Amino acid sequence: MYGEEPLFGLLNRIGSPVEGHRPWPRYRLGRDGWLRLIEGLAGNAWSLLGLWGEPKAVHAAFREDFSGDVAVVSLDCPQGRFPSLSAVRPAANRLERTAHDLYGLTAERTTDPRPWLDHDAWDVRRPLSEQPAAPAPNPGPYTFLPVEGEGLHQIPVGPVHAGIIEPGHFRFTANGETVVRLEERLGYVHRGVEGLMQGKPVAEAAKLAARVSGDSTVAHSLAFARAVEAALGIEVPARAVWLRALMAELERIANHLGDIGAICNDAAFAFMLAQASQLRERVLRTADSCFGHRLMMDRVIPGGVATDLPERGAGLLLELVAELRKRFPPLVAIYDGKASLQDRTVTTGFLSTELVTRFGAGGHVGRASGRDQDARRSPGYAPYDELTFEVPVLTEGDVNARVWLRIREVEQSLSLIEQIVARLPAISRGLDYPSVALEAGRGGEGMALVESFRGEIMTWVRLDGEGVVARCHPRDPSWFQWPLLEAAIGGNIVADFPLCNKSFNCSYAGHDL
Amino acid sequence: MLKHILTSLTGGPVTEAAPAPADPALAELAGKLDKAAKARLGRSLSIREVDAGSCNGCELEIHALNNPIYDLERFGIRFVASPRHADVLLVTGPVARNMREALVRTWDATPGPKWLVACGDCAVSGGLFAGGYACVGPVEEVLPVDLRIPGCPPRPTDLLAGLLALLETSAAR
Ligand code: SF4
Repeated sequence: MYGEEPLFGLLNRIGSPVEGHRPWPRYRLGRDGWLRLIEGLAGNAWSLLGLWGEPKAVHAAFREDFSGDVAVVSLDCPQGRFPSLSAVRPAANRLERTAHDLYGLTAERTTDPRPWLDHDAWDVRRPLSEQPAAPAPNPGPYTFLPVEGEGLHQIPVGPVHAGIIEPGHFRFTANGETVVRLEERLGYVHRGVEGLMQGKPVAEAAKLAARVSGDSTVAHSLAFARAVEAALGIEVPARAVWLRALMAELERIANHLGDIGAICNDAAFAFMLAQASQLRERVLRTADSCFGHRLMMDRVIPGGVATDLPERGAGLLLELVAELRKRFPPLVAIYDGKASLQDRTVTTGFLSTELVTRFGAGGHVGRASGRDQDARRSPGYAPYDELTFEVPVLTEGDVNARVWLRIREVEQSLSLIEQIVARLPAISRGLDYPSVALEAGRGGEGMALVESFRGEIMTWVRLDGEGVVARCHPRDPSWFQWPLLEAAIGGNIVADFPLCNKSFNCSYAGHDL
Repeated sequence: MLKHILTSLTGGPVTEAAPAPADPALAELAGKLDKAAKARLGRSLSIREVDAGSCNGCELEIHALNNPIYDLERFGIRFVASPRHADVLLVTGPVARNMREALVRTWDATPGPKWLVACGDCAVSGGLFAGGYACVGPVEEVLPVDLRIPGCPPRPTDLLAGLLALLETSAAR
C-alpha cells in the first residue's frame, strides 16, 4: 500500500535473518525489534499467518498481501514472556493463549489472558515447556465474558451437540430470539498433535499431520510434505506434484458438495442434502478407486505420493467430471430458484470485508466477504502456475454468498481436474513410484502455505540434524474463521445459528489440535 | 425441481443392497444382550454419536450412512439428537481428556438397556494418539465397550455391517 514500509524493509532493519529457513526468510528479533514490529503492525495491513511457541521462543508469520512477501519473525523469550500482538492483530489472541497453555509463554498486555486449550483436564500444565508443572490443585470454572443489560438471557450449548458434529461449547446471550453475543469455548478435541509430532521421524509425523482435520487430510498432508521438502531442499517428481493437486481438488469438490447439501438441510431443505450427498459419495468412490482410500488419507507423503494413479484412473476421473457437470447444474438451478430457501440464506450471518481482512480469514469465509486471497495463486505453488483457473470472490458476506462461493469453486475444480488429467506427466525415469526417498540425517526449517477446501493452511516445521521433527506447527484456516463466527451471528436469531455455523464449517479438530 | 422429482421417482432407488452383518461383530456381540433387552428393542436402534477427540474423518463416514445410497434408516436405525433418546452411543476419537467428562455424562444420560460402539482406530485403540498427555486412549479405558468397528476411518459398509450385527443380535430370540 502506498506510503507503507515494505515488510522486508522493516524486518531487515529490526532483525537479523536466520540461515537455512526456506522458502521464505526468518528473522530473529530482539525485544526492541519485536516492539517496533508491533508499532509497524498498527500502521499496515500485513496479515498474520500464524503464531506458535517453543519452550523459550515465540514465532509469528506474516504476509504482505499486495506483494505476496512472506516472512517469519522470532523472539527468544528466556523469561517466558513476550509482548502480545493481540492488540494490533486480534487473530493472534487465541494462538497466544495456546502458546501459554502448551509452552508456558506469557503474552504481556494481551487483550485476553484466559486459558484456551487447557481445560484443567490434563495431568500436567504447560505440557510442552521445559518444565511441565503439576495440574492446578483446585481449578475454578472457566470465566465467560460478562454480559450486562436488561432482558438478556443465556443459552449454553455443547460441548456435545445435537447432530453428528464435533464438540465445542457455544455460550449465547440472547434478547428474546435475537443473539446479542456469542462466545465460543473450544479445545475439547485437543489431542496434543504438536507434542506427539515432536521427536517423530518424518514419516510418522506425516500420519499425524494427515489427521489434524480429517476433512482436509490431503491438504494438511500436502502442507506438511511441502514444509519438510522445503526444509530439506528436496524436489519431488513432477508426476507427484500433479497427482497431489488432483487429490486436493477431489477433496475440495467432495467437501463443498457435502457443505452445500448440509447448509440447505439446515435451512430445512432436505432434498438438497439427499442429492448433494449422492454426488459427494460419487466423488469419494472415484477417489477410492484411484487412490485406494475414500478420503485419500496418507496418500500425500513427504517426498511425493504413496500411490500412483492406476491405468484406468484417468478414465474414471473424466467420467466423474462429466457426471458432475451433468448432475450439479440442475441442483444449482434449484438452489437459485427456491425463494423459501433464499429467504433463509440471503442477508443471514453477514460478515464485513473489514473484519475478514482484519483477521486474515481465508477460504469461503474470506472470499465470500471480498477478501481476494487463495494460496494456490499467491504465493502460489506447482502445478497451479501452469493451470488455468479463477478464484471466485463475492462481497455480500452472507450465508448465500458462502454457498455460491462453494458452487463456483466446484466448477473451477472440475475444470482443474480435467486439465490435470490431460497433462499428467509420466513417471520420471529411474523411479518406480512418483516419490523420492528423503535423505537421512539432514535437518532444516521449512514452511508451506497450501489452500485447503476451507482456506489457507500454514505449516511450519523444524527438522533436527537427524531428520527428526523437532517442532511442527500446522495452522488450520479455522483459527482465523472461528472468531468471526461470533461476529457473524450477532443480530441474527438463535434458530439461524446452525445455518451460519454450517456456512462457515470451521474445523474443531484442526483448531484444537 | 419438478423435473428432478420426476426423474427421481422414475429412476428407481439409488440405495444399494445392505452388506451382511459383520461376522466378527456378531461374534463379539454374542451373549451381550439379554432377553428383556431384546424384547424391548424389537428391530430398531437409536444412536447418539459422540465425538471424543476425533479428527472428524470418522464423522464424515458416519454421515455418509445417512445418504440415500446407504440409507441407514431403512433398517430402523437412526441417529437421535439426545442421549436420552438413545439405545447406543457411537463413540469416535481417542478420548481427549478435555472430552472425557462430557463423554461419561452423555453415557450416564443414556437410559438402559444401552450399548456402546467404539468407531474407528482411535476409539478402538487410541490410534496414533495413545500415550500423549492429552488423550486417555481407547474408549474402553473410560466406559464398557460392546462392539468395536476398526478402520481409519471405517468405510460406510463396515459401519453398516457392524450396526446390522448389533441389530441382529438385539432382535434375535
Ligand atoms: S480413526 Fe482415523 S478417521 Fe477416525 S478419528 Fe481416528 S484418525 Fe480420524
